[in-house]
Amino acid sequence: MERPLPVAFFLLLSLLLVPLVLLARRRRSRRTPPFSLLVVAGSGGHTTEILRLLSCLSESYSPRHYVFADSDTMSEAKIRSFEQKRAETFSTSQFTLDRIPRSREVRQSWTSSVVTTLYSMLYSLPLTYRRKPDLILCNGPGTCVPVCISALLLGLLGIKRAIIVYVESICRVETLSLSGKILYYFSDYFIVQWPDLKEKYPKSIYLGRIV
Amino acid sequence: MKSVFVTVGTTSFDDLIATVCSPAAMQVLQSLGYEKLVLQVGRCALDPALLGSSDVAVEVEAFRYKESLAEDLRRADLVISHAGAGSCLETLEKGKPLIVVINEKLMNNHQLELAKQLHKDGHVLYCNCSTLVETLQSMELPTLKPFPPGQPEKFALFLDQVLGIQ
Repeated sequence: MERPLPVAFFLLLSLLLVPLVLLARRRRSRRTPPFSLLVVAGSGGHTTEILRLLSCLSESYSPRHYVFADSDTMSEAKIRSFEQKRAETFSTSQFTLDRIPRSREVRQSWTSSVVTTLYSMLYSLPLTYRRKPDLILCNGPGTCVPVCISALLLGLLGIKRAIIVYVESICRVETLSLSGKILYYFSDYFIVQWPDLKEKYPKSIYLGRIV
Repeated sequence: MKSVFVTVGTTSFDDLIATVCSPAAMQVLQSLGYEKLVLQVGRCALDPALLGSSDVAVEVEAFRYKESLAEDLRRADLVISHAGAGSCLETLEKGKPLIVVINEKLMNNHQLELAKQLHKDGHVLYCNCSTLVETLQSMELPTLKPFPPGQPEKFALFLDQVLGIQ
């Protein structure tokens, strides 16, 4: 091995992060409404599903900060339409829209995905810092990984500890998406919509079909 | 007018379009009493304007994309769709009978999981292009089970409990 010392140092640092993450997971602070929500929207069906998830939430969940990939052309229109209808019932309704670079294309290779995800984090970290949400809601598009990692980092640094809620898409009956496989270990609440997944992933929560 | 709506979503599924427009399929549709066939062809290589057969008395209308397929779904008496989750769910929510056709050129597509489960639960018919005509001939649409809507209120209740909201 050519440079054992830096490599060993890097490995040690990574190992130290694991217990820190687990420790950060356990601290819970007392919270009172309203709770700001950061919602990660994704292309096509993901946005439709996540808006359905939001449809029955009370005004205790406000403001809603939507984040989606810059290459996504459909989500903004769907979100605006949803919020417009919501404003008819709840006059004090507030929301924001933010875009970050897309972290991964469908079927993109592993190594290039790590690079593009890190690049997206250059945007998701300051964004999550700025919004400091109480709750993060996501349902699978690659965009949620840099956002959730950013939230975890902010929690580790003691800046803001957001509750991460992941709801796997209804399309996932027997297998988890890639984002799901990652966030199964890093989310606070991991919700699946089919019983087969609840069996395979015992830490998950099954509420039936919720979209 | 009893009509059939065929949709391929944003994909290209020329085999399905070709199969539905084949004389064999058109004849079965006509014998079942369908008078109109509407095709949403997406990225099809065939010119939508040239689809349809003059031998069969089924009116054919074709287009590539629309902003919303809600109206076409509403007007249909039968829907034949690719296995896209959005297409399947939107159709089932409108209470329309659905035949899901698998695109065998798109294997390893996770979307198949949902179509398979919906078929297992008795909500949709399920076939591929080579068995579509046979499926149309033998289908018994009243045996399809209605698809109850999802319950986002359960999610809201769950979150309220997590955050301690009464």
